[in-house]
Amino acid sequence: MKSLLSGNEAVARGAWEAGCTVATAYPGTPSTEILENIIKYPGIYTEWAVNEKVALEVAAGACFSGARALVAMKHVGLNVAADPMFTMGYSGVTGGFVIISADDPGLWSSQNEQDNRHYGRHAKIPILEPSDSNEAKLFTKLGFEISEKFDTPVLLRLTTRICHSTCPVELGKREKPKRKAYVKDIKKRLFLPAHGRLRHVVIEARLKKLTAFSETLSYNTIEWGKKTIGIITSGISYQYAKEAFPNASFLKLSLTHPIPEKLIRRFARRVKKIIVVEEGDPILETEIRAMGIKVTGKAKIPVCGELTQKIVRESFVRKTSARIKPYKVPARPPVLCPGCPHRGVYHIINKLKLTVIGDIGCYTLGALPPLNAMDTCICMGASVTNAHGLEKALGKDFSKKLVAVIGDSTFFHSGITGLANAVYNRGNLNLLILDNYTTAMTGHQPHPGTGKLARGEQGKRIPPEEVVKGCGVEFLKIVDPNDLKATEHAIKQALEFDGVAVLIFRRPCALLLKPNPAYVVAPDLCKGCRLCLRIGCPAINLQFPEDREKPLAVIDPTLCFGCGLCAQVCTCHAILAPTKIKKDKQ
Amino acid sequence: MKRDSFDLVICGVGGQGIILASNVLCHAAFLESFDVKKSEVHGMAQRGGSVITHVRIGKKVHSPLIEQGNSDIVLAFEKLEALRYIRYLKKNGTVIVNDREIPPMSVLTGAAQYPANIKGKLKRHGMIYFVDAEKIALELGDRRTVNIILLGVLSCFLGFKKKSWKTAISKNVKKKFVDLNVAAFNKGTSLLRNIYSIKKEK
Repeated sequence: MKSLLSGNEAVARGAWEAGCTVATAYPGTPSTEILENIIKYPGIYTEWAVNEKVALEVAAGACFSGARALVAMKHVGLNVAADPMFTMGYSGVTGGFVIISADDPGLWSSQNEQDNRHYGRHAKIPILEPSDSNEAKLFTKLGFEISEKFDTPVLLRLTTRICHSTCPVELGKREKPKRKAYVKDIKKRLFLPAHGRLRHVVIEARLKKLTAFSETLSYNTIEWGKKTIGIITSGISYQYAKEAFPNASFLKLSLTHPIPEKLIRRFARRVKKIIVVEEGDPILETEIRAMGIKVTGKAKIPVCGELTQKIVRESFVRKTSARIKPYKVPARPPVLCPGCPHRGVYHIINKLKLTVIGDIGCYTLGALPPLNAMDTCICMGASVTNAHGLEKALGKDFSKKLVAVIGDSTFFHSGITGLANAVYNRGNLNLLILDNYTTAMTGHQPHPGTGKLARGEQGKRIPPEEVVKGCGVEFLKIVDPNDLKATEHAIKQALEFDGVAVLIFRRPCALLLKPNPAYVVAPDLCKGCRLCLRIGCPAINLQFPEDREKPLAVIDPTLCFGCGLCAQVCTCHAILAPTKIKKDKQ
Repeated sequence: MKRDSFDLVICGVGGQGIILASNVLCHAAFLESFDVKKSEVHGMAQRGGSVITHVRIGKKVHSPLIEQGNSDIVLAFEKLEALRYIRYLKKNGTVIVNDREIPPMSVLTGAAQYPANIKGKLKRHGMIYFVDAEKIALELGDRRTVNIILLGVLSCFLGFKKKSWKTAISKNVKKKFVDLNVAAFNKGTSLLRNIYSIKKEK
C-alpha cells in the first residue's frame, strides 16, 4: 500500500516500522515534523528534550540499553549536540542509533547554511542521504540495520526539500528487532583516556569495513545512460541532476560516507567526463579528486544557496533568459502576528532606543521594520552571553542602554547557563524573557515552562521565575507585555538596577488563544498621525479617503486580535475598544 | 482530454490555507494514479510572509521544484503574490487569482506602494481568471473555505474525477468540516463554468 508522505512523515514511519522504541528531539525547521509524526505511532517513547545535546544523550542512553533509538534536529542543533555525538562515534551502540540532521540549504528558516555531511566525516560515522520520501523511510530503517551491524551511530542527513516535499511512499509493517540486553562494558562506554585510545583503533577499522559495505550496497547504484557524461550525485541533488541531464549516466550514492572507492573507479573508467553534482560544499568532489580522478563540480555549480534543476543545467549549458522578467513588487517578509505578545515589549524597546542583543525564535522578527528592535542574533542562547560580554567590554554605563531578549523555550534550551554565568561573574545584565508559554516559531511544541509532555500528558512544570531565582538573580519582575505603561516602567527599573535584572513578560502566544472582538477607529477622532503604524500590526492600514484632508487609520476586523495595543499608543484616543463602542451607542 | 503531466504553483500569504489546498490537490492527483511531488516551506517563512508551494504531477516526477517559466498553472491566493510569482508561468499558461489585496508591512507603514493595475500586468502573460472567493466563502458562512473554493476553480483545468476530489477533501479536513468544504469546492467549479459561459457569449 502506498501513502502520500513528506520526508519527515516518512522518517517517522520508518522509525516505527524499524521497531524504534525511543525518539527524542528539540524542534527546529525543517526537522520538527519528524517527532511530531512519531508521536502519532504507538509503542515509541517520545520526548521533546530541552535542547539537542540533551536529546542526543537521552537517545544514546536508550541505545545503551539495547533499544533502537532515534534523535532528530535541525543542522545547527547538531552543533549543540556535537559533543556527545563525537564520543558516541567511539563508543558505538547496542541497539540501533540514528541521528538525524535536517540541513537548510537556501536558509529558508535558519541562521546559516552549514553542510552537516562534514560532521559524519569528522565523527567518523556513516552518512545516509535519501533523495525523496520513499528513501527517507527506507534509509531510516537501513540506518538502524547499519548501526547495529557495524556498531556505530548513523547520521541520516536530510535537507529542506527532502523534509518538506511529499510523494507516494510504500508502507510496510512494524518489525520486532531482537533486543540485546544491557551489559556493563566500561572499555566501550566509559571514556578514560586509556579506553578512548583503544576505541580509536576500533573506529578506524570500522571505517574500512564500512567502505567495503558501501561498495556492495544496492542503494549505491549506477544508472547507465550516454557515456559522454557521468554524474556522481546524492540526496536531492540526484533529482535535480536527473532533470538537468536526463540522458547522462548516473552514479547515485546513498551511503555517502565512507565513499565506495572501487565503485567510483569502475564508473569513472566507463564515462568520458565526470560531473559531481552536490548541494553545499564540495565534499564528494574533494574525496573523489583525492582518489586521482578528474572531476568537475564546484568550479561550475554554486556553493551558496539551494540547487534547482535549472541551476544545475545552466552551470554547464548556456543560460536561457527569463520568459517573464520578475516584477518589482514590495517584499513580504514574515511578521509578528496580530495580537502577538512580543509587540508591546519591542515597541517600548524601540521607544527607549536600547541596544538589543537578540536570540532565536518568532521574536527575532522584532528586528524588522517598523519595530527595528534588535541588534544581534547569533544562535540559541547567545542573547544572554553576548550581552554580558558587551557589558564587560564597554563598562557598566553601557549596560544602562543594553538589554538581552530571549524566548521561554530558548531560555530553557541554553539561556540558563548564560544567566548563571552572568550572576556569578558580577554582570550587569538586563534580561527580558518573552514567555509566551510555547515554542511558537516551530509550531507550538511544549517545553518545561509549559509542563506539558510531547504526547499532551501533564508533566512537571518548571516556572522560569523559579529557575531565575535559583540562579541567584536579585531583581525579578513578571510583567504583562500588553500593558505598555507597566512594560516601560519595568524596563526602566531593570536598566537602573545594579546587577543582573530579569523581567519575565508573560502572555500566551496569540495563536493559542481565541481573538477578542476587534477594535475600531473613530474617523472623527483620527488625525492620521500614523503613531499606530509604529507597532507594526498587520491589521492596521492607512487609507486616504477623498473626502478627508488627512489619512485615516483603518483596522481590518478579520485580522484584528483585539489586544488593544494600538489603543494604548494612539494619543488621539481614536481607537476604541468594542465594549466602549457599545456603550457609546447606548 | 486528460493530460499526463501538470506543474502547478500555488502562492499567497502565510496563513491563507495554501498548504491544505496543496495537500488536497496532491491527494486527488495521487488517487488518479499519478506520481506526484509537492514542495513547501515551513517555519520562519510562514508567519504572514510570502508563501509558494510547488505541485508536480506526472508519470514520474524527479525534482520537487518547478522551473520558472514552466508552470502550467499559477493559482494565487492574493493579487500581489500573483504578480510576484507570475514568472513561473509557461507560455499560454493559466492564472487563477483570488481578487484580494493583503498589503505587506512596507505598504502598511507607507514605505512602499501596493502595485497598481495588477490585472492588466498579468493579462500579458496568459489566460487570467479573477475570482472573488472571499465573497463566496462569506456566503457559505466560513471565510476559511476560500482555499477550497479556489481549488474548485482549479479543478476545472485538471480533468480529475469528481470522486477523487471528494475523497481527497474528506481525507484532509476534519470530519465535521467535510460537507462544508465539499460545498465550497462545488461552488468553485460552478464559478468557472460561469466565467466560461461569459466568454462564449462574447
